Amino acid sequence: MQTLRRTPLFERHAALGARLVPFAGWEMPVQYTGIGEEHRAVRTRAGVFDVSHMGQLLLAGEGAREYLQARLTNDLDRIDDGHAQYTLLTNEEGGIVDDLIAYRRGGDDYLLVVNASNVAADHAALPETEDVSDRWALLAVQGPEALELLGIDVEPFTFRENSDVLGVRCLVAGTGYTGERGCELGCAPEDAGRLWDAVLDRGVVPCGLGARDTLRLEVCYPLHGNDISPERTPIEAGLGWACALEKDFTGAEVLRRQKDEGPDQKLVAFVMDDPGIPRTGMPIEEGGEVTSGTLSPLLGKGIGLGFVDAAHAAPETPITIDLRGRPRRARIVPKPFYKREET
Amino acid sequence: MAAEESYPDDLRYHPEHDWARIEGDVATLGITWYAQDALGEIVHYEPPDEGSSLAKDESYGEVESVKAVSDVISPLTGEVVGVNAKVVEEPETINDDPYGEGWLVRIRLTDSAEVDDLLDVAAYRKLVEEQ
Repeated sequence: MQTLRRTPLFERHAALGARLVPFAGWEMPVQYTGIGEEHRAVRTRAGVFDVSHMGQLLLAGEGAREYLQARLTNDLDRIDDGHAQYTLLTNEEGGIVDDLIAYRRGGDDYLLVVNASNVAADHAALPETEDVSDRWALLAVQGPEALELLGIDVEPFTFRENSDVLGVRCLVAGTGYTGERGCELGCAPEDAGRLWDAVLDRGVVPCGLGARDTLRLEVCYPLHGNDISPERTPIEAGLGWACALEKDFTGAEVLRRQKDEGPDQKLVAFVMDDPGIPRTGMPIEEGGEVTSGTLSPLLGKGIGLGFVDAAHAAPETPITIDLRGRPRRARIVPKPFYKREET
Repeated sequence: MAAEESYPDDLRYHPEHDWARIEGDVATLGITWYAQDALGEIVHYEPPDEGSSLAKDESYGEVESVKAVSDVISPLTGEVVGVNAKVVEEPETINDDPYGEGWLVRIRLTDSAEVDDLLDVAAYRKLVEEQ
């Protein structure tokens, strides 16, 4: 029995009455008052998530850029210092070891923020990096009013360090996992409680991993371990846009070939036409299986992501999902289910 | 709004957190406050067909929250004579009023003697406290 790890905010979650569940080896809040309520807070106002379980890998020094360029799918030269990039770590077969955000601090200085469940695998694939996960607490403040409530501004996919947020020294990044404007705030673990309290004082609603999952699913951000995995490639998953196939990186040759020939299966988004909620692992008659599913708080319908044979992957194609023995009709739709209004 | 914790005296209970209200040879079935609280906001109810048979201790339907699916266990054996259409349309009714408008099915009992196997409120409360 592995002991679950706790973030610096564990006591605060417990005091708020959060329901705490095991997630990727951590004891994390899945909800405070209710997933639907927290979901709507982020879509309409602002919510804060403790994402201190996420991992951080650091690589600085001569050759850092070259090292990462040979191992990450996206092209780091596409971004400037102070900018961040969604990228993938792939294996020799082109399978996705992890998806992550690379923060470019300098030409040869990068911070990688990775999934909690994959820190060990990432570090094994990138042994030159330093695992600095213990040095960071991370809060995601998300929603149309998030930045205004914090009194800060940050452009999407940019970041700055040593920036004062509500009296706490933070890394401020214009990133997130909800499809809304907002930021992620990295700080020292010992400052996390103070930052959390100050954010709540501004009227930001505490949100758990349950709402984080429904929010990310509505905008079709893949979840590693569900929608993407070492057995699935970025081409199958529709993440070719994050792969600079003109450069060489681990598995690039496989991906170039797969892109030319077309993948056998594709990750698609679908809406239920029949009643019922699709769940991870349910078979899809037209090929693969559901990789993520929920009731969309926005649409009030079952939605999901799943793999289907490429011949059935076009929008509006009807598919049939086996909901615990009951065949139920669904329909493929363009990604995403939800897109925030540009302001 | 979610209901306050309560376990009415006039109901009989099954250890899987289901209740039965017995009126002659008809029983109304639902899930207890404890069960709906453990699930969180209920967003889908998959009912049995009218006329179908339910077996004691067996699953007859499903209730789902955003995150989880839970089988609903029948406390008694019988034939379904009514399904609560309001709960199918508005599953959150189960959270709001688990013993009233949030009932799930009505059955005609096959064997009224089975009622004696169910827990009374004191025994069920004790079970909940031990969870």
